[in-house]
Amino acid sequence: MAQKILASRCGREYVSEGEIINADVDIVLGNDITLPLAIEEFNKIGAGRVFDTNKVVVVPDHFTPNKDIKSASQCKFVREFARNQNIKNYFEVGKMGIEHALLPEQGLVVPGDLIIGADSHTCTYGALGAASTGVGSTDVAVAMSTGKVWFMVPRTIKFIYNGNLKDWITGKDLILYTIGLIGVDGALYKSMEFSGPAVSKLSMDSRFTMSNMAIEAGGKFGIFEVDEKTEEFLERRSHRDYKIFRSDSDAEYEKVYNINCDDIELQVATPHLPSNARNAAELSSIKIDQVVIGSCTNGRIEDLRIAAEILKGKKISENLRTIIIPATQNIYLEALKEGYIEIFINSGCVVSTPTCGPCLGGHMGVLAEGERAVSTTNRNFVGRMGHPGSEVYLSGPAVAAASAIAGRIATPEEVI
Amino acid sequence: MIIKERVIKYGDNVNTDVIIPARYLNTTDENELALHCFEDLDSDFAEKAKERKIIVAGSNFGCGSSREHAPLAIKASGIKAVIAESFARIFFRNAINIGLPVITSGEVSDLIEDGDELEVDLSGGTIKDITKNKTFEIQPFPDFIQGIIKSGGYVNFTRDNIKGK
Ligand code: SF4
Repeated sequence: MAQKILASRCGREYVSEGEIINADVDIVLGNDITLPLAIEEFNKIGAGRVFDTNKVVVVPDHFTPNKDIKSASQCKFVREFARNQNIKNYFEVGKMGIEHALLPEQGLVVPGDLIIGADSHTCTYGALGAASTGVGSTDVAVAMSTGKVWFMVPRTIKFIYNGNLKDWITGKDLILYTIGLIGVDGALYKSMEFSGPAVSKLSMDSRFTMSNMAIEAGGKFGIFEVDEKTEEFLERRSHRDYKIFRSDSDAEYEKVYNINCDDIELQVATPHLPSNARNAAELSSIKIDQVVIGSCTNGRIEDLRIAAEILKGKKISENLRTIIIPATQNIYLEALKEGYIEIFINSGCVVSTPTCGPCLGGHMGVLAEGERAVSTTNRNFVGRMGHPGSEVYLSGPAVAAASAIAGRIATPEEVI
Repeated sequence: MIIKERVIKYGDNVNTDVIIPARYLNTTDENELALHCFEDLDSDFAEKAKERKIIVAGSNFGCGSSREHAPLAIKASGIKAVIAESFARIFFRNAINIGLPVITSGEVSDLIEDGDELEVDLSGGTIKDITKNKTFEIQPFPDFIQGIIKSGGYVNFTRDNIKGK
């Protein structure tokens, strides 16, 4: 599928695996920490203007609302660039959300798009049938100048999910399980294709979560086929025309994994690799100091709904803090209307404006030495959320909310 | 484009932290970065690199962070090409983008030895081990990538192209 999108973007019928092509990009994305470097390179190239003011997307989301003077200066630099270049899709605080939740919600991404972003989780838009990946700052500088960037055509690994999902299981559990199976370099340079009856039942929110974490297995793309759910999602958001690409029935895959979902329990990845997947139920002795529910992985409405269902009428443990961060302003508003925010506040959680914040140890919930967090984010490397001596356990929203009540890693059955 | 140089050889999983340790990332001056290149893996690297200018390594070369400083430090050390069984994805891109040839070949790391003299023909698609009198086929870079490497990087390449129009 990715191969067909790449071919279409360099005006050809067919491109072969391993081939290097120069292709047109549909969107070039940057944020407040990666764009400053790319802007400097852009200025060196000397194109003067960006190739298309509609196709460059700028989202200051990492250290915003500005956490300190350095980040305020970076944001100012990026803001001035966006203004001078007349960038249409610049999202100021107030409209801003976490980039990978925001772009699909705003209808900026459609199936068949080829997208690059100076952020490794740009692979999230694969959930919409787009070929989308993270790159370095030089690539973004060049793409902003010319609208083109080079690609090596990847091979594809197919994952077929069969069977039925158990209660509370979401896309996060499937992807943690999958990365546990293949390892952090199991899909190095490859396109991951997610398919099968079990994932076609998944919500769009859960599919975004899975595509988002393709990079944690080394993947270049993490793509789903477009189905009725995708089209329904797009109908309400996007006015752009799009073309749907499907894998041929005789497509060649480097490998095919058949995964039986009947066996998949709620998952937790223990420190310090996303591939350390374990059943949450085996980790009930692990006490925690903080719970974070949010990020480009799990800050969407489905995640907040699940957390609210579990937290409703309950109090979180007195021994920890729980920080909930809706990923965009619209998600925040919807959670407010549905009464989730009230549930969170009554149970003792704090609710923040959209930001990456604690996910990368930036602000809004940095961990001290020796502290442990359960977090719905995507990386648990050494020091990811703060002190190098702190620990992050990755989970989906159900385990995170249940753990907030229990004060230790827990499953919903234990607290409801 | 032909590169004729001798080999410095390393193993698998050479990561960006040993290529250029994080403690030196407070500069983007490539000559300063070069002073510390491979410092934690091979303290003789700088000395070796005066005479030998091709690195041959095993799998997953450049794994770890996405720092563009890593290929920059290697290039500024005078290295003309890196040949490995496989490269980590972002390192590979970053290397090409700054004009450092990175060549993937499944056979080389078993057969080529430290100190061998090689003749790498990027357009013809061959690596000749002159010391051992053996030739390996490689997939030649498309003209486009050769153009980037010749220009000394993606930024220069793009600038030249825009000017040329
Ligand atoms: S939420 Fe975390 S992983 Fe996602 S874009 Fe922000 S910092 Fe990166």
